[in-house]
Amino acid sequence: MSLIDIKGLHIAFPGVGEVVHGIDLTIAPGESVALVGESGSGKSVTARSLLGLGGIVRAERFTIDGEDVRTHAERDWRRIRGRRIGYVLQDALTSLDPLRRIGQQVADAGAPDRAGALRILSSVGIPAPETRLPQYPHQLSGGLRQRALIGTAIAREPALVIADEPTTALDVTVQKQILDLLEARKAAGNALLLISHDLAVVARLASRVLVMRNGRVVEEGPTSEVLRHPRHPYTRQLLDAIPTAASRGKRLAPRGADPLPPKHIDASRTVLEVQDLHKRFSGTPAVNGVSFRLAAGEALGIVGESGSGKTTVARMVMGLTEPDSGRILLDGQQFSRIPEVQRRPLRAGVQLIAQDPLGSFDPRYTVERIVGESLDTLGVFGAERRARVREVLEAVHLPERFLQSRPRDLSGGQRQRVAIARAFAPRPRLIVADEPVSALDVSIQAQVLDLLAELQAEFGTALLFISHDLGVVHHLTDRMIVMRGGEVVEEGDVTRVFTAPKAPYTRELIAAIPTL
Amino acid sequence: MTLQNAFDIPRGPGPLRRALRLARREWGAALACLFLLAVALGAAWPQLLTGYDPVAADPLAAQLAPGAAHWFGTDHLGRDIFARVVHGARYSLLIGASATVLAMVFGTLLGLIAGLARGLLDEAISRFLDVVSAFPDLLLALVLIGFTGPGTVNLIFALGVASIPRFARVVRSQTFVIAQSGYVEQARTFGLPRWKLVTRHVLPHAIAHVPIMATIGLGTTIIGSAGLSFLGMGPQPPAPEWGAMLSEGRNYLRNAWWIGAWPGIAITLTVIATGVIGRRWQAAFEGRRG
Repeated sequence: MSLIDIKGLHIAFPGVGEVVHGIDLTIAPGESVALVGESGSGKSVTARSLLGLGGIVRAERFTIDGEDVRTHAERDWRRIRGRRIGYVLQDALTSLDPLRRIGQQVADAGAPDRAGALRILSSVGIPAPETRLPQYPHQLSGGLRQRALIGTAIAREPALVIADEPTTALDVTVQKQILDLLEARKAAGNALLLISHDLAVVARLASRVLVMRNGRVVEEGPTSEVLRHPRHPYTRQLLDAIPTAASRGKRLAPRGADPLPPKHIDASRTVLEVQDLHKRFSGTPAVNGVSFRLAAGEALGIVGESGSGKTTVARMVMGLTEPDSGRILLDGQQFSRIPEVQRRPLRAGVQLIAQDPLGSFDPRYTVERIVGESLDTLGVFGAERRARVREVLEAVHLPERFLQSRPRDLSGGQRQRVAIARAFAPRPRLIVADEPVSALDVSIQAQVLDLLAELQAEFGTALLFISHDLGVVHHLTDRMIVMRGGEVVEEGDVTRVFTAPKAPYTRELIAAIPTL
Repeated sequence: MTLQNAFDIPRGPGPLRRALRLARREWGAALACLFLLAVALGAAWPQLLTGYDPVAADPLAAQLAPGAAHWFGTDHLGRDIFARVVHGARYSLLIGASATVLAMVFGTLLGLIAGLARGLLDEAISRFLDVVSAFPDLLLALVLIGFTGPGTVNLIFALGVASIPRFARVVRSQTFVIAQSGYVEQARTFGLPRWKLVTRHVLPHAIAHVPIMATIGLGTTIIGSAGLSFLGMGPQPPAPEWGAMLSEGRNYLRNAWWIGAWPGIAITLTVIATGVIGRRWQAAFEGRRG
């Protein structure tokens, strides 16, 4: 008998309408199934319906463990939640109560006693769990937090665990630990429903995959079969959108014959020179002797885990954080450790694309004003500014009707395009992009990466690209730096670093990348 | 779609009908609005509402009970109380609004400076605000008037200063958060000077709550002005200030309750009305309802 047996599932929301249009889903005991699709495809909504959470659900058949749940009231669902189906949410930081100790939260989730809580925490691979019981979520690292969250989901030993994008926000090495943990559970015979837009993660964990789009299942089958021989064009598109070594120099969306325009790297002209940067935050070194140079039109990737100091380097290059020692030269001119008044005229030459575009827009501003503001210091106003704004918006493929839109009305991909348009508007010699695609779905990410590469080549702009995603760096950049603990552990040509990494840490990082 | 159907498209309700519909759903706020409009009318054109002179005494008509000639009765000097209440609206609204504007302007400035400056200056301003708000508003205003002497302008000054911390605190904490936001940082990377960052991106967001707080605070300053006038610190007799009228009526409560009751009711309703509107606005702003 199937653990989950759903036929013809429809889910609607008041005021929104139907978002899931008749899908079938079965999960056998011990089976691991993946739901794949971009945001808005209905995959999370579908998973939440298994717990009776949200939406108006209609189905021809909907049984959990043979029990018809279609007429279940809230109190009936409570017997299912946590006991038969555990749910791991995406963001461990917001899903754990910041004011309750880890031990309390595991107890809330159903651990019978202290011994039980310790057993649960060690089963999710938390070392020295007794030290963690009295701690609060903020005292745990991202990986430990995610594990504690999984611990709360499995506390009552449910037959099925739903993991909703369990590794999206995590560094590759932490991601590997979580995947190992889920894999171990799978090997022990526990059923898993994995929700992800990352096909590499899916390939590792799921034996069967359902590809969802716009509330429908467009393709279903054994994972290896679907990933190797996708039948539906959308599945193919998703696979093509993944940036890898093979996609270097080519477009991702749509992938194929189209090569990207050739880059204009002028190795004789140094745009950015960073010399022996040091930065400490309240005594702790964040950046410890980092040096590199970036030629005109070149793309340099900086990879590293959170806490490696890569974002601090980006902030220092942007002139937002002052280094304790060392120098930053922009086009040969001193850019660090000078008074802000002297720096302002130079700032138009270096532009930032932030990870969270929405946060980088004044919510009161329209797209036209947002993009135009970067032209203020260049003295570009009036008709000239309007023309320039339209030009860059066209370059990022946003039609004119978006000029008067406000940031909240834009989708994630559109927002990042506006951010890119704004960065290119003053024709900078250097663009610093700090994790610009890490919050995006793989297909949107593909479009944004294409756009970045295209504009970078067209304008001959140098790019400093910060990312924790090695695949993206491999796809996009020419040279890369690997950072760890504030120091550069490896630097070199991207292809060389990936094929013949010198530093043991680089080898570790590359080995941790989940592959298709 | 046939031509026939095209004519059947229901026309949207007109503005009047929409307003009525809104008023039925929000009858409390609608009543409060109507009442405040009447008070404002009394403050602006009292002659429209009453023909009597608010300060003309008529000993022959002293202490008349409410009736057809004198709707609210007359006081111990024979002055028409309705006329005095209507004319008094000007004092209450003027003092209340002026004090609130004073508090709003200086509170916002102090809050903005503290929120932007951080460090020593912030510390100094914050401690000053702590000291000011450690005293009850009315007591502080009383102390200030003790220094400056009674009178309308001094009353406005005293009440305004006492209300500064309320505004300053909120603006300061908002400024703090916004100054660290992504969009202010991004604007910094464009090389914009500090004053542009502040006026474009910090100030408009930091003062978002200020008009709502001012509306709610208006009631407090009106009570304060009435209270201090009751003690003789405000406009001097024979000015028809509500608090002062209440004070005069206190001596006649036994045989002429109406002398004190009407100004008292006027104060109470005005304060409730501003409170209702302010809270409703706040709720709409924060998206808790509607």
